[in-house]
Amino acid sequence: MEYLNILINEIYKIIFLVIPILVSVAMIVWLDRRVWGLVQKRRGPNVVGPFGLFQTLADALKYIFKEIIIPASANKTIFILAPIITMTLALVAWAVIPLSETLVLSNINVGILYLFAISSLGVYGIIMGGWASNSKYPFLGAIRSAAQMVSYEVSIGIIIINVLLCVGSLNLNDIVLAQKNLWYVIPLFPMFVVFFISALAETNRPPFDLPEAEAELVAGYQTEYSGMMYAMFWLGEYANILLMCAMGSILFLGGWLPPLDIYPFNVVPAPFWMIFKILFLFFLFAIIKAIVPRYRYDQLMRLGWKVFLPFSLIYVVLTASFLLYFDKLPKGSF
Amino acid sequence: MNLNRFLKTIFLTEFFLAITKAIREIFRPKKTINYPFEKGQISPRYRGEHALRRYPNGEERCIACKLCEAVCPAQAITIESEERKDGSRKTTRYDIDMLKCIYCGLCQESCPVDAIVQGPNFEFATETREELYYNKEKLLDNGDRWESVLAKNLKTDKIYK
Repeated sequence: MEYLNILINEIYKIIFLVIPILVSVAMIVWLDRRVWGLVQKRRGPNVVGPFGLFQTLADALKYIFKEIIIPASANKTIFILAPIITMTLALVAWAVIPLSETLVLSNINVGILYLFAISSLGVYGIIMGGWASNSKYPFLGAIRSAAQMVSYEVSIGIIIINVLLCVGSLNLNDIVLAQKNLWYVIPLFPMFVVFFISALAETNRPPFDLPEAEAELVAGYQTEYSGMMYAMFWLGEYANILLMCAMGSILFLGGWLPPLDIYPFNVVPAPFWMIFKILFLFFLFAIIKAIVPRYRYDQLMRLGWKVFLPFSLIYVVLTASFLLYFDKLPKGSF
Repeated sequence: MNLNRFLKTIFLTEFFLAITKAIREIFRPKKTINYPFEKGQISPRYRGEHALRRYPNGEERCIACKLCEAVCPAQAITIESEERKDGSRKTTRYDIDMLKCIYCGLCQESCPVDAIVQGPNFEFATETREELYYNKEKLLDNGDRWESVLAKNLKTDKIYK
């Protein structure tokens, strides 16, 4: 009976985390399309609900009622599993994201490692989808996507090392609290830029949306998917984007901390600051989608391996030597 | 890499310029219209949905000369006719297969009495194919519904014919 109580309690908490995320994913898709349209002097979705806010819900409804087509030569099990994995991984990672000091599903002490591990697993969904479709464009898209995500994960890992050097803890709440006096976006600004661009590449957003380059690859790994399975890929993708924004705001923008610990700022509840920062980063994501052309594949690889990787490595050395020289290395946790 | 370009890369000048430009564009007036609620202007020659017109006294204009049937490149028009008691020749059947029709406007041009015309309506999508096999009744109904616009359009365009 006791176990049952714990189980119900946990499920209750999980539902209260997952449903807001799904709703905010729907809203974020709307925001993305709307910003994209406005920058191009179009209107964007503006019919369903106030300002078209419910457009994504209408789309979701459409996807639910559409037929799911499984290609005859596809590997059925993996084909069906791929979108499920993508979406599950994108949602599971949210378990450790702190919206305030107490408002976090599981405050584990290796939070950032968990986050990194889960976001690295995300590539499996894409590879499985591309391979199981048994068709050339999805396969090409999946290969591109895998190569891209793997190469940019390396530099994201090294950027995270930069932050960890300054914090001295892998716990996400500790990372946020360590920025009480100074957000890491100021001393580590170049790393923030590199992180942001890597996050764009990691989530297959323009200008790095090569896996879905419609002119060459139809829709990349999603080509053979339809109905709810396509929608799940889509949900997973946007949940991942939100996750990257959350990661960026925790690592560099001080998570749920107010910008200044003075009167008008510190009365606003912590979760609002977190949401506000996520939205700000997402707005940048959306604007960038509207203003940049797509990279070529070799440019993408060159940027990842020849620019970002050495640059972030050098910055790790710089940060480490700076901290060591001025005796600022965090003590205690290690 | 020259110094200028190097500095531009380091300080992300072009990136920030692009973002400010994009944000400025957001508040500019839109280039698109809010379609189902406001509509663009349509030329009086617009070749949309077909209609069969009537004379002001309610008599059908069509004299069943079958010129439109003959000229139709898609062979979308089918006409059958009979002689009435007063000696006039009128159609008993006037069908247009809107799925075959290529909206070239030759039927309208060939018509000697301005009976078959293409109106300004382009929003006649249906849920089934059958609804797009127009018969005489439907075409005359269209004519009655759009008569004011059709007459005006014909009058506007007359000087160019």
